[in-house]
Amino acid sequence: MVGGRKGRIKDIILNILAILVSLIMIMPIVLIVINSLKATGEAMTMTINLPKKIELGNFATVIEKGKLVKSFLNSIFYAGGATIITIVLGSMSAYVFSRRRSKGFGALYMYVVLGMVIPVNYVSLMKVMQTLALNNSSLGIILLYVAIQTPFMIFLLYGFVSKIPVELDEAAVIDGCNAGQLYFAIIMPLLKPAIVTGMVLCFLNTWNEFVMPLYFLNSSDKWPMTLAVYNFFGQFETSWNLICADVILTCAPVIIMYLVGQKYIVGGQTAGAVKG
Amino acid sequence: MNKKKLYPWYFAIGSVFIYSLLSVIPGIIGIGYSFTDWSAYSSELHFVGFDNFKTVFSGDNDYLRYISNTLLFTLVTTICKTSFGLLLALLLCSKVRFKNFHRGVLYLPSVIPILVTGLTFTSILNPKIGFLNTFLRAIGLDALAKQWLVDPKMAFPSVMTVDIWRGTGYIMTMLIAGIMAIPSVYYEAASIDGASGFKKFVHITLPMLRQTLAVTIVLNVIYGLKIFDMVYALTNGGPGHRTEVMYTAVFKMFSKGLYAEGTTISSVMFVFMIIIGFFMVKILTKDEVVE
Repeated sequence: MVGGRKGRIKDIILNILAILVSLIMIMPIVLIVINSLKATGEAMTMTINLPKKIELGNFATVIEKGKLVKSFLNSIFYAGGATIITIVLGSMSAYVFSRRRSKGFGALYMYVVLGMVIPVNYVSLMKVMQTLALNNSSLGIILLYVAIQTPFMIFLLYGFVSKIPVELDEAAVIDGCNAGQLYFAIIMPLLKPAIVTGMVLCFLNTWNEFVMPLYFLNSSDKWPMTLAVYNFFGQFETSWNLICADVILTCAPVIIMYLVGQKYIVGGQTAGAVKG
Repeated sequence: MNKKKLYPWYFAIGSVFIYSLLSVIPGIIGIGYSFTDWSAYSSELHFVGFDNFKTVFSGDNDYLRYISNTLLFTLVTTICKTSFGLLLALLLCSKVRFKNFHRGVLYLPSVIPILVTGLTFTSILNPKIGFLNTFLRAIGLDALAKQWLVDPKMAFPSVMTVDIWRGTGYIMTMLIAGIMAIPSVYYEAASIDGASGFKKFVHITLPMLRQTLAVTIVLNVIYGLKIFDMVYALTNGGPGHRTEVMYTAVFKMFSKGLYAEGTTISSVMFVFMIIIGFFMVKILTKDEVVE
């Protein structure tokens, strides 16, 4: 019984600790939400004080001044395009690598997966982009994202393909499937959970990225949300209400995605780290 | 069954081609360019041998500091994220209430663009009017209200702390997944044998988490060596290059048209990462070999 009391005190301390940590984590986010609703005079500095009057007009101002509609569409286009190409090509590669397992394909798999580690040489990449006439082009940015995301995607999907029994392939061949039908009609539908995970992660990473556009997109009408928010920050340095509103609009799509697809995001990012 | 026909090589060609063209080839030709005087100011290229490498490693300028800063950043953030992540994972696997809420909140910073986190913290850490110092003064801890990103001594620790704030939840989430995968019979058996909580941690949790810990450390190291967004948004390398890391330095050289220096630093990193990357990828892909 003595242990029970000691245990209760320990419980209380642990609970308080958890609440404190959550508070530290959520505080900046609360700050941004509060300040995005303040009038300009109130938001010279970011404080935790609640706004005197809720100013939803900040969002309209930001959308207009920050040219957010255009950059929102750009972001959707880049992230969407890169995600589709990465997943379709990446899943096909992962499938072949996982099924063939010869020495050559094993080496090729290692070569691709090494891409998760190797750093980008932006300087010489610029030379390559210029040579291919991809500099300052939307297609160029999408292909860059495909190149960057492909290694992780192949790594992720490789594990899932390995879990689909080969006997299935044999049965399909006996039924008269050719290689294309086997993959697109039989294997790919079975990979759906993994593909959804991959798509969510790829979209998220690409949406949040801003270094590639920083180097390779000069014209502001091609900028994605992240680069637009950075630029906006430079222009309206003291109008924290507007900056916060801009930040919220930039983060909203990924936060909504996180809340809806939490299972896929967490599952995908922890895949490979945990056995089973 | 004919594997060659059933799993044709050309299925793999698309992604391998794009990856090679825009990720591997720039890295390799970058090594070539680092032996030249490539810059934005002249259209001619001259072979200069190891001159660029001598400039980088001579210690006459700040290049070595950018490299050591990057290594320090990687070391400190990896250690802190892993240990805090582990402690929080244990906390949120114990009998705490609203576990899922806490887990969700801690993971949240990982889905927000790093750039946005950085920008937000430039306001929070503002010495005069920032939220942190205002708060510290309000509760009477004036002495703790430092010149976070401005003081040359405080700037780099501040940058690292913000990054630890951002990245710990992600590591914690991976470790929670690892802890949950440990079969509960081990703990039950240990309880019957009268093992204490600490003993269970040392003899069951830690050994069973070895692979997960290895992976999180690898991911942290890769992230740390490539750090750019966070530093760029918080300090852009300042004050006086105190927080400059390799990638922010490369971006500055790129903007100034000093392509040869930029590509030299990138190439040093490229070669270094390929060497250690090989071992890291072995750790990352270890599971599949077992399966």
